[in-house]
Amino acid sequence: MKSRLPAQSGFFCAVCTVQLHKADKCTPVRGFAPFKSEFLYVKRRKCTYLEQVFFYYDQSYRKRYHTSAGSHLGGIVLEKEIVLNNKLLKAKGKRSLAEEAVRSFKKHWQLYLIIIPPVLFFLIFKYYPMLNAVLAFKDYNVIKGIWGSPWVGFKNFQLFFDNPMFWPLVKNTIYVSGYLLLAGFPIPIILALMLNEVRNGRFKRTVQLVTFAPYFISTVVMVSIIMLFLAPRLGFVNVALNYFGLDSINFLGEASMFRSIYVWSDIWQTAGYSAVIYLAALSGIDPTLYEAAKVDGASRFQKILHVDIPGILPTITIILILNVGSVMAIGFEKIYLLQNPLNKVNSEIIATYVYSVGLLNANYSFATAVGLFNSFINLVLLFVVNGLAKKFTKSSIW
Amino acid sequence: MASSKIATQQAPIRQTIKDSAGDKVFLFIVYTVLFLVLIAVIYPLIYILSSSISSPAAVTSGRVWLWPVDISFKGFKVLFDTPQIMQGYGNSLFYTAAGTIISVVLTVMIAYPMSRKSFFGRSVIMMLITFTMLFSGGLIPTYMVVREFGMIDSRWALLIPNAVWVWQVIIARSFFQNSIPDELFEASEIDGCSDIRFMRSVVVPLSKPILAVLFLMYGVGQWNAYFDALIYLKSANLFPLQLVLRSIIIMNNSASVTDALKQVERQQLSELLKYSLIVVATLPVLIIYPFVQRYFVQGMLVGSVKG
Repeated sequence: MKSRLPAQSGFFCAVCTVQLHKADKCTPVRGFAPFKSEFLYVKRRKCTYLEQVFFYYDQSYRKRYHTSAGSHLGGIVLEKEIVLNNKLLKAKGKRSLAEEAVRSFKKHWQLYLIIIPPVLFFLIFKYYPMLNAVLAFKDYNVIKGIWGSPWVGFKNFQLFFDNPMFWPLVKNTIYVSGYLLLAGFPIPIILALMLNEVRNGRFKRTVQLVTFAPYFISTVVMVSIIMLFLAPRLGFVNVALNYFGLDSINFLGEASMFRSIYVWSDIWQTAGYSAVIYLAALSGIDPTLYEAAKVDGASRFQKILHVDIPGILPTITIILILNVGSVMAIGFEKIYLLQNPLNKVNSEIIATYVYSVGLLNANYSFATAVGLFNSFINLVLLFVVNGLAKKFTKSSIW
Repeated sequence: MASSKIATQQAPIRQTIKDSAGDKVFLFIVYTVLFLVLIAVIYPLIYILSSSISSPAAVTSGRVWLWPVDISFKGFKVLFDTPQIMQGYGNSLFYTAAGTIISVVLTVMIAYPMSRKSFFGRSVIMMLITFTMLFSGGLIPTYMVVREFGMIDSRWALLIPNAVWVWQVIIARSFFQNSIPDELFEASEIDGCSDIRFMRSVVVPLSKPILAVLFLMYGVGQWNAYFDALIYLKSANLFPLQLVLRSIIIMNNSASVTDALKQVERQQLSELLKYSLIVVATLPVLIIYPFVQRYFVQGMLVGSVKG
């Protein structure tokens, strides 16, 4: 359907009379032949140019414009920037934001009506709590309420930093999630790369289906399974150990075992799920690259190293940013359930501490300060990691 | 679907150039490792299922290895006779049904307007929403808001405070944006169709795949959740199944279930009950899973498209 446009004689800017590029530079490279063309005033930077504008649909049937100046006007150009030839130039000016808002509101008031409940939801349950987080800087008093309580500045934060629990908490949080990151991040990638090598469709589907399934097991059930399997007397693992003549181990009672139990059960549960995203990226790799590699005599392993991994590197980077960015935000739910007095030395993390101090001991201000500290570190971490990734790999999440 | 595409694309290559000896060894290792992974994932699941339908004595004496021993459904029978568990089950069903509907409706209500270019201020709203994913007030301030609205110890606490997930909004919005052409809207606008009517009779019917994803994700999330119930609920008659499960298995508090039995029988049964409970709590999700896996994968992929 592609067609070259007929060459046009030069156009001149209506205002400054600079000659414009020839139209033969303007070829809709992607998409379809234009369905109409018009001479329009096109405003760009200081001048208004008279240009021939071609309208066409791109591959996804979005309306796009292309001008005789040969520049692709960067994605979808809004109608208001192109002003009809016949109309006064006065009308070409951009409408002010307020005018636009009123116009849009009058025309689409129903959409604005629809959006009210969900927006209220976000304001009440997401932003109002952020406001309430000033609690961290106050000494909460039940009778006076949040806003009536006296300000105490950074006292609660100071209390937390001076607390003997501070370093163990930070250390436990970072160790658990660092361990999870180190072990849990590469495994789905390896799983996806291996699955990608499998040519037997049924085997591949079976492995995918089965490894994905544990993702749907709830945290409570997951922890129940862990406890049943690792139970000191009747647990499957200990029964098996005894069978081979080894002594039973009270896995959940050993503080040193806690992190491994947490991390490896997590990998068991989510590796198949996380692999899906890499598999999708792998299926997007250009097949001619494989052919070329094969012709060049690359072994399967070399092919993985030089075609597969570079192909999914952008995906890997983005997932890595998200993972590193949430190091401090490690899930509360599973750790809380796995906790017991014996392994608490290693299993008390910031989130569980906030829960026990805040809700169980009703020390609201202090717990809010601890939680806020955690969120803040996390936010900073995300920005830093994203910035680094942007600098070194050119992929980032925003 | 993606996998089959690759397979057909690469089939001819394999026929023309044979695998070298090294490649054969490599493939053998790959298959072996994947087979071991398969076993490692599926074995615990089978073990639990087998245990749940074995006799109490076989479970406590460690005689179950792979297949059920002395098949009996005693565990399930006791479960279904226990009002506490049945109530938890009923509650969970209610929370899942009601919560999912509320969540999906709210998500569509915010995702659709924001997918429209003519909606003024949509990028600002989107930013405000995305920001809540990066930063939050924290546990205590949220708890206080929920308390302020009088939802503590009421069913609403599980339905409303976590009703909309930002991630789902992003997925739904990018679906609406990419698969409902502007021309459709222009045409219906000329025919005098209002925005709400357009949503009802054009957008919703065209968006079945994404609605399926939303229903499934919210549904599974709601069924599996326990944390909100843990912090907001106090009355045991409101507890969802997951919380009942927690008290019986993790806190080892099965007295209420096995009260009437003799000592030995009670001990054996309480062990068996744990397995049966896990099966009962997980089965609804795992049974539908093979049929809906496609949608989950789809949802993840829509979400992974940036922007």
